[in-house]
Amino acid sequence: MTILSEANAKALLEKVIKLSKADQVECNLDGNIGGNIRYARNTVSTAGEESDLVLVVQSTFGKRTGTATINEFDDASLAKVVERSEELAKLAPENEEYMPNFGPQKYLPSNTYFESTASISPEDRAQAAEYSIAPSKKNKLVAAGFLEEQVRFRAIMNNKGLFAYNKDTNVDFSVTIRTEDGKGSGWVTRNYSDYKLLDTAKASSIAIMKSKNSVDAKALEPGKYTVILEPAASVGLLGNMVRNFGQRGADEGRSFLSYKLKEGEDASKAPKNRLGEKMFDEVVNIYSDPQHPIAPAAPFGGNGYPRKRTDWIKNGVVVNMPNSPYWAKKTEVPYMPSGGNIIMDGGDQSLEDMIKSTRRGILVTRLWYIRSLDPQSLLYTGLTRDGTFYIEDGKIKYPIKNFRFNESPIVMLNNIEALGKPERIDGNMIPPMKIRDFTFSSLSDAV
Amino acid sequence: MERRDFIKLGGAGMGALLMPVSGMAVSLDQLLDKPMDVAYKKKLADIALNAAKAAGATYADARIGRYLNQFVRTSETRVDNIVNTESAGIGIRVIANGTWGFASTSNMTPDSIAQTAQRAVAVAKANSKFQTSPVKLAPVKGVGDVKWQTPITKNAFEVPIKDKVDLLLSVNDAAMANGANFISSTLFLVNEQKYFASTDGSYIDQDVHRLWAPFTATAVGPDGFKQRTGLGNPVGMGYEYLDGLEKDKIKITGANVGYNNSYDMLEDAAAAGKQLKAKLKAKSVEPGKYDLVLDPAHLMLTIHESVGHPLELDRVLGYEANYAGTSFATLDKWKSGKFQYGSDIVNLFADKTQPYSLGNVAYDDEGVKTKEWDLVKDGILVNYQATRDQVHMIDQNESHGCSYSQSWRDVQFQRMSNVSLKPNPKDISAEDVIKDVEKGIYIAGRGSFSIDQQRYNFQFGGQLFYEIKDGKIVDQIEDVAYQSNTQEFWNSCTQMAGKSDYRVGGSFFDGKGQPSQVSAVSHGCPTTRFNNINVINTARNV
Repeated sequence: MTILSEANAKALLEKVIKLSKADQVECNLDGNIGGNIRYARNTVSTAGEESDLVLVVQSTFGKRTGTATINEFDDASLAKVVERSEELAKLAPENEEYMPNFGPQKYLPSNTYFESTASISPEDRAQAAEYSIAPSKKNKLVAAGFLEEQVRFRAIMNNKGLFAYNKDTNVDFSVTIRTEDGKGSGWVTRNYSDYKLLDTAKASSIAIMKSKNSVDAKALEPGKYTVILEPAASVGLLGNMVRNFGQRGADEGRSFLSYKLKEGEDASKAPKNRLGEKMFDEVVNIYSDPQHPIAPAAPFGGNGYPRKRTDWIKNGVVVNMPNSPYWAKKTEVPYMPSGGNIIMDGGDQSLEDMIKSTRRGILVTRLWYIRSLDPQSLLYTGLTRDGTFYIEDGKIKYPIKNFRFNESPIVMLNNIEALGKPERIDGNMIPPMKIRDFTFSSLSDAV
Repeated sequence: MERRDFIKLGGAGMGALLMPVSGMAVSLDQLLDKPMDVAYKKKLADIALNAAKAAGATYADARIGRYLNQFVRTSETRVDNIVNTESAGIGIRVIANGTWGFASTSNMTPDSIAQTAQRAVAVAKANSKFQTSPVKLAPVKGVGDVKWQTPITKNAFEVPIKDKVDLLLSVNDAAMANGANFISSTLFLVNEQKYFASTDGSYIDQDVHRLWAPFTATAVGPDGFKQRTGLGNPVGMGYEYLDGLEKDKIKITGANVGYNNSYDMLEDAAAAGKQLKAKLKAKSVEPGKYDLVLDPAHLMLTIHESVGHPLELDRVLGYEANYAGTSFATLDKWKSGKFQYGSDIVNLFADKTQPYSLGNVAYDDEGVKTKEWDLVKDGILVNYQATRDQVHMIDQNESHGCSYSQSWRDVQFQRMSNVSLKPNPKDISAEDVIKDVEKGIYIAGRGSFSIDQQRYNFQFGGQLFYEIKDGKIVDQIEDVAYQSNTQEFWNSCTQMAGKSDYRVGGSFFDGKGQPSQVSAVSHGCPTTRFNNINVINTARNV
């Protein structure tokens, strides 16, 4: 069994800590069990199950740290892993940025585990796939999809009294449904903590509709267009922006959040970063919240420090930037760990409402192969995929050929026309967004 | 697609460090443990095969793997981390009722192995309920007991940690002494000890080694910052790759030094520092049409994305439709025998026997002997890359040997072979290729790259860009990316250098599949010219 209860995890880690002779010791215990099914060409292609349980011991003498790991849990193995981490610590060079472990912490309650997800069987997976394959066949379409569930736990303990434990479940489903002649393609994705919420037939019906409606796409000229980005289309760009929010990179001059000196400004008196600056439209509110009811995250990060709701952008203003304990101490600011999810506020409008209120625009199902072009302006490139449609006078008029875009999320979040009701995507909550002047740079023949 | 699988390793001090691994951290002495006895592995594999057959499998294979990794990462003057990982276990794949099933375990007791085999059969049977086309395997003759090892001369795992740390810190010093403000440098070492057995009667023991030593240097100027990554290649070699032998250097006047099968990382870091200073002052490219001269450390990735991926048969057939995508290189184009993939001087081939390459093995992960074969001959599309259960769909009865799994834990499936561009039969140099270009850009190193899901439209950047005027490299320029369509691009290929300029580069973390798996693959090519390509300017004020 690779999923331990809180009591069993605690008892095991206490035993490990007692074996330590180091100044500081921290142990991470991670277990997982999961299964998946993959189908293509309307039939199952691969499927499997896997599980693992791993103990990581990190020992520190002064500022010298060593790490060793094991997946055997008898007394001799536990002694061996502690000794090995201590030997490595003594051999390691001093880390000038080492920071001591945290003491005992208090955590918010967790709502990340659902028994429904933990009890999925191979037959359930096969049936869920069939609910997607059967209607595709009926519509003379070809389905390729993937369903995967995972049950995980993480426990952390150190010799300064910190103990953290969390168990979580996650299920991911996605399907691409194409016409037999390859001229149409639709896609949908779903991600939940609770398997009960997943309806693969209902989700697949959206991909079927998009597939049928995307045949014989017309070519529009590349240029700037008003777009409605579904949550799956904007999550990649937003995620890249949030990952680049770190204080250190900004302070060191290598981030889009680095402060730009004005002409004649004295560098020694100027701020290093753009904290407090209004960089986005005032409707933009982005934060992390471990207790979000639909997209919860573990109540602590990888170092056992508690997570709480943290605003990153409030009314368009950069209000917090994540840092490390070392950088926080060096720059004399509070430690600000990064969050476990991205929650962006939206409105009450549905996607359909947003289409209705659009005179001319483009509906984008998803963006694909997003790559950085310029880290200073956060300029990214990538392509639309699996359902791109032209909107006129509040209605979807016809499918259009896919575009390559060259655009920055900074520009995007300054050009907001409307925000819809947020949906869970990849563990985050993202609203559909109507954006003006989104830059498409070339056409693609890909379907 | 090029992607990294990241997992978080370790506790407080390591919390912020993300490393692409598929194992667990172990101490150094474990990395030098002798591999498990082959006779014992054979015994365990037979337990798996027999249990699978007894449960109703018509075919089974077992892969007993011990995967060792070492990562040493430094920034400026400090060592960020030294991580040793090991992952060992068995993956069992079966066919029952004409359907694939797979299960894996790290618990290698005979009972656990037998139960895992039974689980794999149970998964196959559960899925067979909805199976419409039974799996059809191309024949493979059992080879009995065989062994193979990557031809290394210095086992990187035996080099003391201190030497590795000293090298990386010297590299950082060299970059910073010459103009960089920041630098991160890393050593990735991989050793796959793989034992494969199948009901066909093969027992194949392979010891595979790979190494990569990348760095990213950054310089901050008054108007922003610039980055330059290393020009070394990931390779199927030992620590000898870092010897920096002069014979493996190819110098391009006015531009960079290219590296073949030996890398001078210190020299490259010092050059990066100087080139960063130039980048901060370099003029921004004027968008328009240019003749491009692409150096091998850049072109390898263009080959990877625009030839390697679209010619994977699983993509062509639709097995990757939900993730990486399908392919423009459809079966009808191949069947016509006339599809002009490139100009008639373009010859692209697949070859997992290429020495020093990342994909080099004697047998793939389903026991097929590796080989060389043509993909594009004299510009015409002639073949794909396929596995045992796919080749019958292109009317062939011999697998190409393209099956790979990133670990014992994951199921093997079709992965890209090494795919390479043949050099010019006339052995001309890179500078010979440049000298005939009137208005062009020479691009070195891999930068931003993005391509659509059928591999038509792509946009690639690089690390170093130099304007070519009247056959000579003149100024270093910035903000360059080229946009093209795969078929147009390869048909605009007008010249390439010869075998003396041929170099093998690669991708250490190529991602594909669901659940996603990484694989390492190389691409050889000489410096090559492409005429009249659309170049855009990537600078933007926000």
